[in-house]
This record gives sequence, structure tokens and C-alpha cells, in this order.
Amino acid sequence: MTTRRAWNARAASGAVAVQEVLTAPTVRSTLWKRRWRRFKQNRLSLIGAVIIIFLVLVAIVGPFFAPYPEDARGAVHIADRLRPPSREHLMGTDEVGRDILSRLLIGSRLSLGAALVILTMATTIGLTLGMISGFFGGRVDTLVQRLTDVFLTVPPLILAMAVSAALGPSLINVVWAISLVWWPGYCRLTRAEVLHKKQEVFVEAARAIGAPIHRIILRHVLPNILTPVVVKATMDVGFAVLTLASLGFIGLGAQPPDPDWGRMIADGRRYLPESWWLTLFPGMAIFLSVFGFNILGDGIRDVFDPRSRD
Amino acid sequence: MNFGLYLLQRLALIVPVLFGLTLLTFTLSHIVPGDPALLAAGPAATPQMVEQIRQEFGLDDPLPIQYANYLKGLVTGDWGRSILSRRPVTADLKVFWPATLELVLAAMAIAVAIGIPLGVISAVAHDRWPDHASRVFALMGVSVPAFWLALLLQWFIALRIDFMPIGGRIDTQIGPPDHFTGLYVIDSILARDFTALKSALIHLALPAFTLSMAPLATVTRMTRSSMLDILGQDYMRTARAKGLAERTVLLRHGLRNAFIPTLTMIGLSLGWLMGGSVLVETIFDWPGIGLYAVKSALTLDFMPIMGITFVYGVVFSLINLLVDVLYAFVDPRIRYT
Repeated sequence: MTTRRAWNARAASGAVAVQEVLTAPTVRSTLWKRRWRRFKQNRLSLIGAVIIIFLVLVAIVGPFFAPYPEDARGAVHIADRLRPPSREHLMGTDEVGRDILSRLLIGSRLSLGAALVILTMATTIGLTLGMISGFFGGRVDTLVQRLTDVFLTVPPLILAMAVSAALGPSLINVVWAISLVWWPGYCRLTRAEVLHKKQEVFVEAARAIGAPIHRIILRHVLPNILTPVVVKATMDVGFAVLTLASLGFIGLGAQPPDPDWGRMIADGRRYLPESWWLTLFPGMAIFLSVFGFNILGDGIRDVFDPRSRD
Repeated sequence: MNFGLYLLQRLALIVPVLFGLTLLTFTLSHIVPGDPALLAAGPAATPQMVEQIRQEFGLDDPLPIQYANYLKGLVTGDWGRSILSRRPVTADLKVFWPATLELVLAAMAIAVAIGIPLGVISAVAHDRWPDHASRVFALMGVSVPAFWLALLLQWFIALRIDFMPIGGRIDTQIGPPDHFTGLYVIDSILARDFTALKSALIHLALPAFTLSMAPLATVTRMTRSSMLDILGQDYMRTARAKGLAERTVLLRHGLRNAFIPTLTMIGLSLGWLMGGSVLVETIFDWPGIGLYAVKSALTLDFMPIMGITFVYGVVFSLINLLVDVLYAFVDPRIRYT
């Protein structure tokens, strides 16, 4: 971010575009303060933030605290199989005697990391195509929009399932598959925002002084449409985790012995109802992550788009 | 513009989208590793049999010709054969489609029956505890993994209550009612077969409830926010001022107007539900398209997958069109353009 002094220097030299004045450091800091205040008012969003910070910490340092780190992969302790939760195994052990808590802790990196990659890829594709579509219009626009129609016309889970089945079951392929069905939403949103921003005076001004088109797009349009896209992405993390777990459950995600949360439920299912801990705890991990991201996303949307605030 | 022309124009717009969809699934089916002829012939096939299948399905033809043949088949009703069931895909879809439709409609009925009253209550009790409770409930509903909830329900309810089945559509001893619509609940009512009706309903209960969680949440939130908009309108004050009962004001003047955004949500959710039913069908062994899709995907049986995505594409496009048309009936101010 520009420091106050650097900004002053640039302002003095006259090299400041209209929108930079609006987002000058002081203005920006009060804006963020106001946003934070509004965010704080919603207790539910705060709970969401706490859950997510906790989960991110778990994903980063959790694996170091896993009581039996070797259990995350193919370790086998037949003597300890299907042990109920106890002091040695807080969440019990699975069908080959692996510690479920350790697998969940190490699996958190897998689930959250993959969700993050999916959103990065989906927003990148969506933003790029959406900007091209909105900025250039004409035939390119029609083509891109019909393409999004194609992807939006089949339930995402079905399409993701077909794509990852075709590519072969693996974590990387499932990440590709979900990203591939996820970008059209961002493309639509970006296009709408670009069409709107294209009319603004600062874009016209940049055009008038002869700024090259890539500069107009990258410096003037992109920073102004980023907020709604990022807000949508935050709201979508939960769904990405959920879709990932669903495909993992079907058997198309990370392959054994990797600790995929959805897969753990699918494997544990056979031992219901006696060994309920195999199913209950991974499900709670998925639910907690999705719930956390959803309430956090809800709160962030309220802050950035006050109109959506019922 | 008149209604017929509008409808025709909208229908024409669906065609290129479906065309694109077939191109997408056709491409997918060709990046699958392995030889489709070998896969179709099964493990015990001789090289001659494999060759015969290759000839029969035209697998040696150049890809554009194969694609053209596929399109021709799609139009003439030959959607290929399933390797798994060894039946034509169209025959399979005819069997499985009603099951999914019944499940999705039942789930939506539950979501509407609970979600709309809950939304109205939250709007009226704006920012008080019923509102907060319904918000948390809605967020939990969209966050819970359907397959996990399904397993919990099986574990807590089906395994504990004697008459609750853990899967299937109807008691095998009772058997399906006479085929009319393929929806067992409706068919058994039509046949006045109340034992079958009871069995169909209790089989439907848990899967439909599981599947209803996500749309229930969206219907509740949507009803709430559009009700809130409308509660502040002048005509609501007028209705109260002329002494109408609060109930009449809320339902006749409020909910009727709040219904339009909710209707869109219901339409869009139907499409999502068909996707979501995949997991619920897998758990409850519900013989619908979702279960068929999972089995086909896992065995790389791509003819059914192409058929399934095509059916979903058609249904989804038609639902969107239907929602737009329904708008005009609910809100006479909307005109077709």
C-alpha cells in the first residue's frame, strides 16, 4: 500500500488519477475502520472469524501436534483397530488402527489448501474472461457468455464429477475439475462490474490521456472491481470445501492412504452404527469449516455491500 | 411482443447452449484414459470381440464424424448403451428419472412448507431472537454435508425405529404401485393402494428431509429479506389503516408480493437439488439418476454420463424459462420483452 509520504510526493507531481484521490491513505484507513466497526457489530461474523482463524492455525501448525503423525498415511496397527475415543486416541481409531485425530489434523491442510487453490484458479479464470468479455464486448463477449451458459446449465457437482472421473481420481484432478465448473460465476460478476465501471469518468479520463488498453484494464478497472469478486470468493470457500468433501466421499478426491475428510466418512460408513467415531468426527470437521466460512462470508458481504443487508 | 414469439425465442436460445454442452461431454469422454472398446467388451473378451465392438460403435472413425453420429443419435433417440447395465441409456434414464424427480420435489415441498413460514416469522420478529435463531439455522442448513447428515439420520433414526427403512423406495414385499407417473407417492394415490402409499412415504421421509436442508435455508432467507422490504411499503400501512386483520395484511398483501424473489430461488434451487441428490441417493440407496451417475462415473461408463448431463441441461434450461414465465403470472407488471 502507498505510504502517506509517497502519495503526497506523487500528488505534488500531478501523477494521481481520480480514483487514487478517492482511495488515498487517510480516506482508506477511516473506511477500513468503519468496515471493521460494522463487522464487529455482528456477533455471528466474529464467531466465524474465530472459527476460521482457529482452522487456519490448525492447518499450519496442527500437523506438528498430531499425536501419531505416521498415521496420516499408510500406517497399519491392526491390534488397535476400531478403538473408541480414549485418552490415547481422543477421537478413536479407524479400521486399520490409525488415530483419527491425527488424520483430521493433517487432512485439514489438504482440504483447506485445496479449497484455496480452487478459488484462486476459479477467480483467475473468471476475472480474466470476465474482463475480456466486458471490456471488448462484441463477438468475444457473446462467445464467452454462451460458454458460461454451458457451464451453468448443469448442476456443478454432476459436472465436476464427470470431469474428475474422466481425468482419473486424484486430488489434483478434482481440484482442476471443481475450478473448471466454478469460474462462470466470477466471469458473470466481473463482466457486470466491468460494464458498469467502463462508463466511469476516471476510465474515460485515462482513455483521453492516451493510456494503453492494458494499463487501463490493470490499473484503473481491475482495482475497482476486485472487491465484489473477493467478497464472493470468501463466501464461496465454504462451498468449495463442501464440494471437495463430497467428491472425496464418492471416491474421486485424494486417494488412500491420504487423509481426505470426505473419504474418511465413506470408509467409516461401513462400521456404523457400532464404530460411530469413524463417521462423526470427520463430518464435524467438514461442517465446522463450511459453517465458519459461511458465517464469515456473510459478515464480510454485509460490510462491503450494505445494500445486501436485508 | 406476444407471448408465443417470446417463448419461441427463448426456446431457440437453449439450443446452442445444449449443443455446447454435448461438445463438452463428448470431449470429456474422449480424454478418459483407456480403450473404450476394451472397456465395453469386458475383461473376458477376445480380440475379435473387441474389434467387433470397435466397428459397431464406429470408434475408428475420425472424431468429428463420431461427434456427428453422436448428435444424430441424440436427436433420433439413440443415446448409446450403458456398459454397466447393458441397456440403452434412454431406457435407464426412463427408469431412474422418476425416482430423482420424486425425491427432489418432496425435498422442495418440505423446504417451502417450512421455509416460507419461518421466513415470515423472522421478518416480523426482525432482529429479535426468532430472527437470529432462524439465521443460524439457515447457515447450518447450507453448511452441513448432505452425505454426513444422511448417515447421522440413518444412525439415529432408521436404526432405532423399527418401521423406518434405511434405504430404497418402497418395501420389496409390497412392490411398486401400477406405473402411471413413476412417482410412487402419486401412483399409489391414483391406484388407491394405501399400503403402498404408506411405505412410499416412509421411505421418502429421510432422504427428502436430508435433501431439503440446503433449499430450506435459501427459501427462509429469501422470504425473510423480501418480506422485510415489503413490510415498510406504504400499501402495508394502508392495509393496516383500513382495519384489516394482521394475518390478512401479512399474507394477502405482504407474502404475495414477497413471493417473487422466493420463486426465483425455488426455481434455481431445483437445479441445485438435482445435483445434491447425487449424494443423498448414494447413501439411501435411492434408485435415481444421481446413483446412476455415481456408478457410471466410477466405472468410466461415459455414455450414461453424457446422457445424464444432457437431461440435466434440458431440465435446467426449461426450469429457468418456466420461472421467467411464472413471473408474469405472479406479477402482472412484468411484460415479456
